[in-house]
Amino acid sequence: MIQTLDLVPVLPEVFVAIAGMALLMLGVFRKEDNTRPISVLTILVLAAAMVLVSSLGADRHLAFNGAFVADRFSGFAKALILLASAMTCAMSLPFLEKEQIGRFEYPVLVLFATLGMMMMVSANDFMSLYLGLELQSLSLYVLAAYHRDNHRATEAGLKYFVLGALASGMLLYGASLLYGFVGTTSFEGLAKVFADGHGHGTAVNFGVIAGLVFVLAGLSFKISAVPFHMWAPDVYEGAPTPVTSFFAVAPKIAAMCLLTRVLTGPFGELADQWRQVVTFLSIASMFVGAFAAIVQSNIKRLMAYSAIGHVGFMLVGIASGSDLGIQGVLIYLAIYLFMNVGVFAVILSMRQKGRMLEGIDDLAGLSKTNPAMAVVMAVLMFSMAGVPPLAGFWGKFYVFMAAIEAHMYTLAILGVLSSVVSAYYYLRIIKVMYFDEAAEAFDRPVGRAMGVVMAVATLVVLAFTFLPGPLVISAKAAAAVLFPAAG
Amino acid sequence: MNDWPLLSLTTFLPLLGALFILTIRGEAEVVTRNARSVALLTSAATFIVSLFVWGKFNGASPDFQFKETANWFPGTTIAYSMGVDGVSMWFVLLSTFLTPLCILSTFGSVKVRVKEYMISFLVLETMMVGMFCALDLVLFYLFFEGVLIPMFIIIGVWGGRRRVYAAFKFFLYTLLGSVLMLLAMLAMYFEAHTTDIPSLMAHSFPFAMQQWLWLAFFASFAVKVPMWPVHTWLPDAHVEAPTAGSVILAGVLLKMGGYGFLRFSVPMMPEASIYFTPLVYTLSIVAVIYTSLVALVQEDMKKLIAYSSVAHMGYVTIGIFAMTTQAVEGAIFQMLSHGIVASALFLCVGVVYDRMHTREIGRYGGLAERMPKYAAVFMLFTLASVGLPGTSGFVGEFLVLLGVFQVNTWVSFFAATGLVLGASYMLYLYRRVVFGRLVREDLKTILDLDLREVAVFVPLIVVVIWMGVYPSTFIEPIHASVAKLIDNYELARAAHDGLSVAVR
Repeated sequence: MIQTLDLVPVLPEVFVAIAGMALLMLGVFRKEDNTRPISVLTILVLAAAMVLVSSLGADRHLAFNGAFVADRFSGFAKALILLASAMTCAMSLPFLEKEQIGRFEYPVLVLFATLGMMMMVSANDFMSLYLGLELQSLSLYVLAAYHRDNHRATEAGLKYFVLGALASGMLLYGASLLYGFVGTTSFEGLAKVFADGHGHGTAVNFGVIAGLVFVLAGLSFKISAVPFHMWAPDVYEGAPTPVTSFFAVAPKIAAMCLLTRVLTGPFGELADQWRQVVTFLSIASMFVGAFAAIVQSNIKRLMAYSAIGHVGFMLVGIASGSDLGIQGVLIYLAIYLFMNVGVFAVILSMRQKGRMLEGIDDLAGLSKTNPAMAVVMAVLMFSMAGVPPLAGFWGKFYVFMAAIEAHMYTLAILGVLSSVVSAYYYLRIIKVMYFDEAAEAFDRPVGRAMGVVMAVATLVVLAFTFLPGPLVISAKAAAAVLFPAAG
Repeated sequence: MNDWPLLSLTTFLPLLGALFILTIRGEAEVVTRNARSVALLTSAATFIVSLFVWGKFNGASPDFQFKETANWFPGTTIAYSMGVDGVSMWFVLLSTFLTPLCILSTFGSVKVRVKEYMISFLVLETMMVGMFCALDLVLFYLFFEGVLIPMFIIIGVWGGRRRVYAAFKFFLYTLLGSVLMLLAMLAMYFEAHTTDIPSLMAHSFPFAMQQWLWLAFFASFAVKVPMWPVHTWLPDAHVEAPTAGSVILAGVLLKMGGYGFLRFSVPMMPEASIYFTPLVYTLSIVAVIYTSLVALVQEDMKKLIAYSSVAHMGYVTIGIFAMTTQAVEGAIFQMLSHGIVASALFLCVGVVYDRMHTREIGRYGGLAERMPKYAAVFMLFTLASVGLPGTSGFVGEFLVLLGVFQVNTWVSFFAATGLVLGASYMLYLYRRVVFGRLVREDLKTILDLDLREVAVFVPLIVVVIWMGVYPSTFIEPIHASVAKLIDNYELARAAHDGLSVAVR
């Protein structure tokens, strides 16, 4: 553990923050329409931040009196977040231009949200956690209502804001309870108290448990785990599609990694206390996600329930509480990123005569009208359903492996059963594309950015089985950081 | 070519062909023609490669041969590991033998989206062959489940009227069984700390655990076989699938269940297998008798053959769990025989379906007048299905009954009634379709088999008669592996009996 006084570990965040402010200035002071140049610059900034993150190396660095930590885990998470933000940013631009709602604030807001997420996954104290979370959330509230002339979007933004603020409040309340009963907000301090007190049973009193539950509730809202998922379908449906595609990936990754760090770090010793809560969240999310998605006709809503289901599967990995489980969560997140980005690239390309479509039935006969896009979508759907040999299977494989290792058989059996249910609605999309009669064709061409994103997503999903090594090894190394005793 | 990775070559050659077809561009007609010829050539080449596997196979050794291993998932024991023994070798050949015939048979019947069809079929072949070669649990699961994707597409896109229902039922039924097996595999991994199939076969699991594992595997394999009462997906899938899809379903996919029992349930969970044998007997006997009766009243040719498949696979499960040398060899032989005969019968249905676009038995009659060649071919396979001596069907059923008789006479008695019923429904089908007077107007212009169809049937006829007249060719390589399987089983039985005596 190296205590550095300099700002080297926060360099990526500092860079993104300064770049974000500079781009904001640029947008304000240049007179003409700036959406395109600023979007491109944003992607460049994200790429540069990625380089900075990877140049930090494998050591664990602390900054700001231990409130901020940069280690392999945060590095892995930041790489995923930056990748997700960059890809969704690239996909958004053509859409915004076609819908004529392009404004330079959009990429800047994405950049600030990304900054918040980077802070979240590096948080090592409830203070820094809350700062990062709120920076991210506030940017996302604005993004949800970004299409301000559209009442659905504004409704989504408002709904997201009200419920999000409530969740933040719960989180804050939980954190203050913990501070009141334990006397510290530092993750390491909390871990130490619980580790020492565990033997005497003094540290774990009702106040701590209540605080833990409040924190869990607040974070569950951010990952949209059942029963804190109500906002997700409405916000996914109402927000402009590029925003939805952003929501579905980067913030999920950030919140999931944050939850992982909070539960294994400060509350690592309280695993027996939180395990039952996480198990319940997991089972409920898997089943609500699977059953509620069956009746959806809007593909964005369907993706919301699909995301809820995937969160449930990832929680299986967290519930197992082992390094194998966390490795599974990270692998799952990485695969989830590519699957979701690919699917949203397809959704963003669903246009007829310049009009945006969102119905599942609009995909009818896609295999005839646009075979390449249909293949992409089919591969991604099979992958999401978790059918081998596609990548989605391995995410589920690893989390269930961890559950079996932890002897959580009931959870594992319920999990695989829900995955069969969820296979049904993914297959339904394939059915619509391949078995149904062709509807009107979508506009072509889909654009270079979309084509590249689709191709990359499909290739990753197909190739992972053949080349699993790099991702598996780096996820293992990242997970090991959270379990210093085991490693 | 001693050092060639023969099994990987057999497995992935079709996939290469599929990738190649993917790159074909141009006019629709040219694409169709090229896709067909590439698919046929690839699958034929695959068959030739697989013949080398047979040629170089050492039947005297009970061990896995042509082994290949490569690291795959770091941090776990999951490896890319391939190999065949006497049990799996023939199934590899069965898959590679049937695929080119299937592809050839579709030249007349599949006219839309030919390119996609050929790709699906070649991917399917890769999955099937890979599954029989896999020597790693996870690799096995990968191929076992991967089969669902191309089959779902084949049934759903090129199937009949209720294809969507059938495709979903097929996919979800099989998936439901398989996911439980996946969990059992993971539990085995943490118990034995390996996913290597040969090592797992040598590992002895605690009895209580074996029971759970056995049930989880049973959930998967019983659906695949399929055993009564989880067979209901099969008639739907068969009826709605295009002819070649039915052929592969009956010819290879059903064998996955039987193969799974032989590869996993019996050698890895021998004590649980003993414990559950009465269950398997009961379900199999119900399958044999009940589905035979159901087959008697079918109006749809494909449905009738589908139900007969369930009955025939009942012999297989009886044979596997009787666990005598004859019974197990008979079960394997019966699977091979059924793979050929049922495939041929589905092709026979396909021939008239292509001409008349109906599978209703009542719409036919008197075909012998216009189609003498067809009548002869259909007759041969009907009799092979019934189990006439001199055809492959006889050997398998006879060996199974002989083997079971030594263990349990009642089971063999009930199983034998299935033979009588089998003869009834098959001959009744044949009489209604082929004999009688040709009265229907539209049948009066029906054409006999053309050259392509003859080319499809000739290899099948040769194999059926070869298997019936000189079964040793096929049983010799199985001997050693089956002997090893039964030795291990007897050891476990002795240990188990000793244990239960001690408990008493």
